[in-house]
Amino acid sequence: MATIGQLATQPIKARKHGAKSPASIAFLVALWCALGFSILCLLTLLITSVMDGLPRLDSNLLTQYTSQIAPERGGARAAIIGSLWVIAATAIMAIPLGIAAAVYLEEFADPRRWYNRLIEVNLQNLAAVPAIVYGLLTAGFALSIGLRRGVVLAGGIALALLILPVIIITAREALRAVPAEIRQGSLALGATPLQTVWRQTLPSAIPGVATGTILALSRALGEAAPLLLLGGLVTIRFDPNGLLSGFTTLPIQIFNWAGRAEADFQQLAAAAIILLLVMLLLMNALAILIRNRYQRQW
Amino acid sequence: MSSITAAGGPPAAGAPQGGRRGQSFDPSSLARHSPRYGERAVMVVLQGAAMLSVLVTIGIVVSLLLPALSFFREVSVGEFLFGTRWTPRFPGQESYGVVPLITGTAWTTAIALLIAVPFGLGAAIYLAEYAAPRVRKVLKPVLEVLAGVPSVVYGFFALTFVAPFVLEDLLGIEVGTFSVLSAGLVLGIMIIPTVASLSEDAMSAVPSSLRQGSLALGANKMRTTLRVVFPAAVSGIAASIVLALSRAVGETMIVALAAGTQARVVTGATQPGQTMTGFIAQTATGESTPGTLSYNTLFAVGLLLFVLTFVINMISIRLVRRFREAY
Repeated sequence: MATIGQLATQPIKARKHGAKSPASIAFLVALWCALGFSILCLLTLLITSVMDGLPRLDSNLLTQYTSQIAPERGGARAAIIGSLWVIAATAIMAIPLGIAAAVYLEEFADPRRWYNRLIEVNLQNLAAVPAIVYGLLTAGFALSIGLRRGVVLAGGIALALLILPVIIITAREALRAVPAEIRQGSLALGATPLQTVWRQTLPSAIPGVATGTILALSRALGEAAPLLLLGGLVTIRFDPNGLLSGFTTLPIQIFNWAGRAEADFQQLAAAAIILLLVMLLLMNALAILIRNRYQRQW
Repeated sequence: MSSITAAGGPPAAGAPQGGRRGQSFDPSSLARHSPRYGERAVMVVLQGAAMLSVLVTIGIVVSLLLPALSFFREVSVGEFLFGTRWTPRFPGQESYGVVPLITGTAWTTAIALLIAVPFGLGAAIYLAEYAAPRVRKVLKPVLEVLAGVPSVVYGFFALTFVAPFVLEDLLGIEVGTFSVLSAGLVLGIMIIPTVASLSEDAMSAVPSSLRQGSLALGANKMRTTLRVVFPAAVSGIAASIVLALSRAVGETMIVALAAGTQARVVTGATQPGQTMTGFIAQTATGESTPGTLSYNTLFAVGLLLFVLTFVINMISIRLVRRFREAY
C-alpha cells in the first residue's frame, strides 16, 4: 500500500521518466540544433564580413569617392551621404503620415465600418508586398508627375511607402498599450477627444512609437531593391546636396561592389557592410535604450 | 465613429468648460458641444493619412497594370505565361516566355522553405515550450537581429562564403559562382526569423490549461508539445510559413547577387538561374527608357510577382484570423 505522500509524488516521477525517454531527448536535441543553427549562421555571417572587410576599414572608406581604377583607395563617401539624405527624406514623409494613420485607426476608427476594415486588411497586405514592387510603383509615379527617377526625393518616396505599414502597425500597438483610464480621465476633465490624444495618449505612447519608428527606419536604411529601379545604381562622385540631387546609397554601393569580380572590390564591399551593420546596430541600440528607459508599465 | 469621437452635433449653448451644466445625465449629451471646425479638419487629415494606404494599393495596381497592358498588346498572355524561352535582351530573337523566371523563383523559394521551416519551427518550439524565461529573453532578440540584417549583406554572404566555401569546399558540391542552391540556402536563413517569431507567438498564445490538461493525463512534454500545443497553434504556424513563402518569392538582393543572371529553365539545384525579382533588378540597372517594350516587360513581370504575393498574403491573413478567433 502506498502512502498518500508516495501517491502524490508518483505523477511527478512518471513525468520525469517520460521526459527522459530516448525520443524526448532526441526531440530536445533537435530543437537545440535548430536554434543553434540559426545563431551559428548569424555568427558566421558577422565574422566572415568582419574578417573580409577589416583591412579596408580605414579613413579612405569614409572620405573617398568610389573609384574604378583604384578600388584599393576608393571609398563610400557619396553612398554614406546619399543614405543619410534618403533616410531623412523617408523619415520626414513616413513618420507624420504613419502616426496620423495609426491615431485615426486606433483612436477614432469604427472597426465595424467596411472602409475601416478594408484599411486593416490592406495594411496587412501592404506590409508583405515585395520591396521591389514599391520601386516599380515609385518609378511609374515619378514618371507621371514628371519627377526625374534618379533623385533623393524619389528614393525617399519609395522607402517611405515601404515602411509606412510597419510604422502604422507598431504605432498602433504602442497606442493600444496606453490604458483606457488615461483617456477617460482626460475626457472626464473636459478635454476634447483630440486634446486627449494630443496631450495624453500620444505622449504616453511616444516611447513605443519611437522604438517602432527607429526599427522601421533601420529597415529602410538597409533596403536596396526599390532604389535599383530609381536609378540608385550609378557611380556618384559628388556629395548629394538636396532632394533633387542624384544619389546612391550604402546598400546599393555594396551591391555594386559585390557584383564585381576583382578582389579589391569584394574587400571594399565587406568593409562597407561592416559600416552598414554598425549604423544599424547603433539605431537598434537607440531603439532598445528608448524602450528600456522610457517605457512605462501600466 | 467610436466611443470618444466628438460628433459634430447641433450647436448647443455653452463652452465645454462653461458653468452651465446639462440638466440630465444622459452621457451622449456630453459629446454634444459647439462644433469644433478645427478638430473636424484635423480628423479629416488623420482619416486621409489612413486612407493613403488604400491609395498606395490602388497606385501599385494602376502603375503596374498600365505598362503591363501595353506589354500584352505586343506579347500575348499565353506566350508570356507558358513560353519557355526568356530572351528579352537578345536583339532579333526576343522571346517573352516567363517560365524560366518562374522556375528560378520556385527553386530558390523551395530550397529556402526546406531550410526555414524545420529550423524556424524547431527554434520556435524550443523558445515557446522549453526555454526558461531568461534564456528566451536573450535568444529572441538574437533571432530578431538575424531578421534585421539587410538582404544585400545576405547576398554578399551567399556569393563569397556559402557558394565557394560551404558548398564547394566543405560539402564538395559542384556549384559555380552562381546557383539557385546557394541563393536558396541563404534566403532560407534570412526567413528563419519570420517562421520562428510568428510561430512562437502562435504557440505562446495557446492557453496553458491545455498543456496542464495534457500533462495531467500523463503525457510527457514532447507529447504535449506535438499533440496538443502544435495542433492548437497550427493555423498561426501555417500563416507564418505562408508569410515566409511570400518574403522568399519577393526577395531581390540575395537572388540578384547569388542566383545568376541567366534566364533558363532550372532543372537542378546546382544550376544558376534567374528569378522574377532578379530579372527586374538586372534590367532596372541597365538602360530602360519609359514606354519601350523592355521597360514594359519589367512591369509585366512585376505585376505577376505582385499578384502571386498578393494571393499568398491573403491566404496568410485568412489563416491568422482563424488562429485569433480560436482563443
